[in-house]
Amino acid sequence: MNKAVPSRASKKNSVLLADGSVLQVRHKSGWQKIRQDWQLYTFLLLPLLFFAIFKYIPMLGNVIAFRRYRIGDGIFGSGPLTLRYFEQFINQDAFWHVFWNNVIIGLSTFAFTFPLPIILALLLNEVKNARFKKLVQSISYMPHFLSVVIIVGIVMELTASGGVMNQLLQAIIPGATPIMQNPDAVRPIYIISEIWQTTGWGTILYLAALTQIDDQLYEAARIDGANRWKQTLYITIPGIRHTMVVLLTLNIGTFLAVGFEKLLLLIQGNGLYMAQGDVISTYVYRVGLASPTMYSLGAAIGLFESVIGLALVFGTNALSRRLVGSSLW
Amino acid sequence: MVRKLDDSRGYRVFRVFNLILLTGVLFVTLFPFVNVIAKAFSSAAMITSGQVTFWPMGFNLETFQVVLTNGTFWLNYRNTIIYTVLGTFIALVMTTTYAYAISRKELVGRGFFTQIAVFTMFFAGGIIPNYVLIQQLGLMNTIWAIILPAAISTYNLLVMKSFFEAFPEELLEAARVDGLGTYGIFLRIVLPLSKAILATMALFYAVAFWNSWFPAMLYLSKAADLRPVTIFLRNLIVASGMGSSDFGQGSVDNAVQVAANVKSVAMILTILPIMCVYPFVQKYFVTGVMLGAVKS
Repeated sequence: MNKAVPSRASKKNSVLLADGSVLQVRHKSGWQKIRQDWQLYTFLLLPLLFFAIFKYIPMLGNVIAFRRYRIGDGIFGSGPLTLRYFEQFINQDAFWHVFWNNVIIGLSTFAFTFPLPIILALLLNEVKNARFKKLVQSISYMPHFLSVVIIVGIVMELTASGGVMNQLLQAIIPGATPIMQNPDAVRPIYIISEIWQTTGWGTILYLAALTQIDDQLYEAARIDGANRWKQTLYITIPGIRHTMVVLLTLNIGTFLAVGFEKLLLLIQGNGLYMAQGDVISTYVYRVGLASPTMYSLGAAIGLFESVIGLALVFGTNALSRRLVGSSLW
Repeated sequence: MVRKLDDSRGYRVFRVFNLILLTGVLFVTLFPFVNVIAKAFSSAAMITSGQVTFWPMGFNLETFQVVLTNGTFWLNYRNTIIYTVLGTFIALVMTTTYAYAISRKELVGRGFFTQIAVFTMFFAGGIIPNYVLIQQLGLMNTIWAIILPAAISTYNLLVMKSFFEAFPEELLEAARVDGLGTYGIFLRIVLPLSKAILATMALFYAVAFWNSWFPAMLYLSKAADLRPVTIFLRNLIVASGMGSSDFGQGSVDNAVQVAANVKSVAMILTILPIMCVYPFVQKYFVTGVMLGAVKS
């Protein structure tokens, strides 16, 4: 039989060649593939070990949130399962205090750090002088590379009693409370430092999307008599819409994950900032790891935060898929 | 000739305004740096009376002398360099090998191995289980507590994966025909042609290790001689101005001067390496972000 008949049972494909002979192409099973190219699988070994030990074991380690952890217990604790640690923090005023702090700081930071990169990217897009544009980009990316410790150090220096920000404040409102002595200062400090650090870097994706917009669209709009503002409204913004949706989804999904390290340094550096700057993650750290250590309670609060975060990410992603038809995955 | 609408009066006014605004952005971004540098070189009297803004007032180098001759500072600085070099090397090896493997279409279970990594972006163990893990592994107060948990950043991994996926298949096929095995292809073909992405990844990891402080605070509490320079700085900041106690051996004058600008001096010395290489490597960082964006 000279016809190419693929026979499924033997997992063979036959291909009829030009000279009339039949070439048998055998499909390899998974195991055969692995045996043939076992070297590729050795690449996976160490990284998989890494993921197992440093990512997945701690995930499972959250089981100590449901157990009384005693010093000397293993990673997963021991003893019967209980929900008492969840009950404990849910009934704590202190927990709800940091919870709402977290929500307020998260939302107000998002209100600035989401739109500002878009605005800066649009403004940069109107700059015709390539060297000036490049200069603004390079300089505005810079704060992104600084350690949180440096950022907070700079903040402390600027807001110290002889610092520039304080002098500026005194010049505008004579007799105002010095920044470091004002408990209300921590949220503005946090938000402003986030803006300073993230706005420039945040423009990269938008600027990339802007370069993808077809110049012919602008040409056509110009012929139709659209001025630059109209062009921005009807061509530029729709052109970066997809990037905006993706980043919006990501931002809303992670709004609770405020900068733990920065807030921790701020409240450790100035005790007055505790009342308004303490958030869930800093609270978990204090409850769980500062003495006296309460691993189980800390783990319970931490798990609560992670689950909310996970739900938020998946929720906003599903919402964005339904509403605008674009999603992260 | 029809006058270009882009050159309308309104648009010209906007462009002048835009130029001013962006110059303002430049100023606001740079000012904190300028102020800290000015303080580092100023005298205590000028700093405490609030006269230092853009330029050093009462030029003074005493604090630089004190910090640069401080044993703890140098020890911590040396530690930071060790963490950065060793950590970056380990992270590069781990990230490159895994990214290459999961970028190969012939890998059985490719989707699964990718998902294993991606899931960790959305759900993590949390600080307490991680702390218990480090304790149980016996890594507490060792350099491995800082390096190993940071060995793979999933974001970097996905950036590398999308780079490898775009690798020209014919090239690898040709190498295979020439008799190179998987290791040979990876080492002699793939890596030499991936220098740009390797540089980008190395920079991402190096900056992360250079800047890292919290794991050190958590896991090196009893190993003062292993602390990175960020912990040195953190202790100065949290001690809220009283950080000079470590340096108080000098004259009274000296102690006042050191207290006034030791933070500024230490900060400048810490960010100096990053700022020195920044202009030359900036383009690699941007490349990295773009490649990462392709993924999403």
